[in-house]
Amino acid sequence: MTIRNRAYIVGAYEHPTRKAPDKSVAQLHAESARGALADAGLTKDDVDGYFCAGDAPGMGPLSMVDYMNLKVRHVDATDIGGSSYLMLVAHAAEAIAMGKCSVALITLAGRPRSEGGMQVRAGNASQPDVQWEYPFGVTVANAYALCAMRHMHEYGTTSEQLAWVKVAASHHAQWNPHAMLRDVVTVEDVVNSPMVTDPLHRLDCCVISDGGGALVVVSPEIARSLSRPLVAVRGAGEAPKHTMAGGVDLTFSGGRWSGPIAFAEAGVKPSDIKYASIYDSFTITVVMQLEDIGFCEKGGGGRFVSDGNLISGVGKLPFNTDGGGLCNNHPANRGGITKVIEAVRQLRGEAHPKVQVPNCDLALAHGTGGLLGTRHGSATLVLERQ
Amino acid sequence: MSEHPTRAIPAPTPSPESQAFWEAARHEKFVLPRCSACGKTHWYPRAVCPHCFGDCDAWVEASGTGTIYSYSVMRRAPQPYAIAYVTLAEGPTMLTNLVGCDFDALRIGQSVRLQWVATEGGPPVPCFTPVE
Repeated sequence: MTIRNRAYIVGAYEHPTRKAPDKSVAQLHAESARGALADAGLTKDDVDGYFCAGDAPGMGPLSMVDYMNLKVRHVDATDIGGSSYLMLVAHAAEAIAMGKCSVALITLAGRPRSEGGMQVRAGNASQPDVQWEYPFGVTVANAYALCAMRHMHEYGTTSEQLAWVKVAASHHAQWNPHAMLRDVVTVEDVVNSPMVTDPLHRLDCCVISDGGGALVVVSPEIARSLSRPLVAVRGAGEAPKHTMAGGVDLTFSGGRWSGPIAFAEAGVKPSDIKYASIYDSFTITVVMQLEDIGFCEKGGGGRFVSDGNLISGVGKLPFNTDGGGLCNNHPANRGGITKVIEAVRQLRGEAHPKVQVPNCDLALAHGTGGLLGTRHGSATLVLERQ
Repeated sequence: MSEHPTRAIPAPTPSPESQAFWEAARHEKFVLPRCSACGKTHWYPRAVCPHCFGDCDAWVEASGTGTIYSYSVMRRAPQPYAIAYVTLAEGPTMLTNLVGCDFDALRIGQSVRLQWVATEGGPPVPCFTPVE
């Protein structure tokens, strides 16, 4: 049993807003859904499966199918943080392959920029880890910084190498009129930006933006009846990773497990990939994930990303050609859906001409949700233009 | 050495399975859970052993010594603080804070010892300070 070629992404839409104090979260979900369905050439009444994650307001899928007045026969709200939407594409493909639905809608939206950004929150006291971590001031940024510090210690990774990830993202963002940060930056700009939490500087961190996105995944029969390019879900993998009962190992992410599963299902290897969307919550996130899913050896990520190797038209592995979370958009503090959307643009040949990868027929999208330094969920997708 | 004052630490919210830990903490006694079935310890403390699913109903006093596995100094907080993973002599690695030290002199692999730090209205929490 496989999802390979059993489902196609026919609709993809990134909400253009980056600050939306005048819109509700449910509204941003629905506007994103409208955009993705229009992109696919479908209507809301065609949708028979709905997929969302922890950013969906209220009772998640119940609140959202009510708000959008959808009549669906399948819902899934599995939440593994910002990478959920990569995983939900796979879950949608699984549901379609099993005949549980044939037009799956996936939405994400949120307003962290309007609502005050990222703060240390007490969380739910019933969450079993909270009493052991919240008092110590764990935030998103320092949980990733712990990984970066250990990576530098183990492998000699430098701040300058991490900076190249941001430099590459900024080269791409200059061509995206919707990107929050469009100025091209240098390695020096990154390492001289204010230290947030050692060793991560301000420019090692992604933007905080309002916004949303949506995807439409359909059966092969429906995909062929539409006029959109055929973007097949060729393989997928998912893997949670955690603190391992105290056996903490910050040197790798769940991508070590989700990547090989996805490649095996797709029947391809990392060197076959023409374009990669890699979740860039922080620069270190990209370096570790590239190692874990096999684009370079463990510990070699810093060298791999250096000297423009991730810049489209310059390096060997064009990544995040929309500018990524580091420069373009990180709606709802969750960058998973924009990773899929840009991969779809690349496979369709609809990326900006300045960053479009020639003959892009095989792409990867990979993400890490939650906190890299405590517990996180990794998800990998291999997508193919047919 | 320029020591940094400790920021105000919010109180932990004990759960039924962690009452014994925090009660011991009030007496500045640092204990680790030990599984009565497999004999192993773990972190963070759970009543159901994460190694074998046995009952963890015993607590053993820990040495309070360890080494820094990783750390990060949060510079953007009103009162900067050092979050860290410390690997205890007993094996588990725990999230904590490094206190009573020069943040700029911290390094991975450094030996540390336990130092209880008061919280806002709750039991003290186990932090660590570098051993000179």
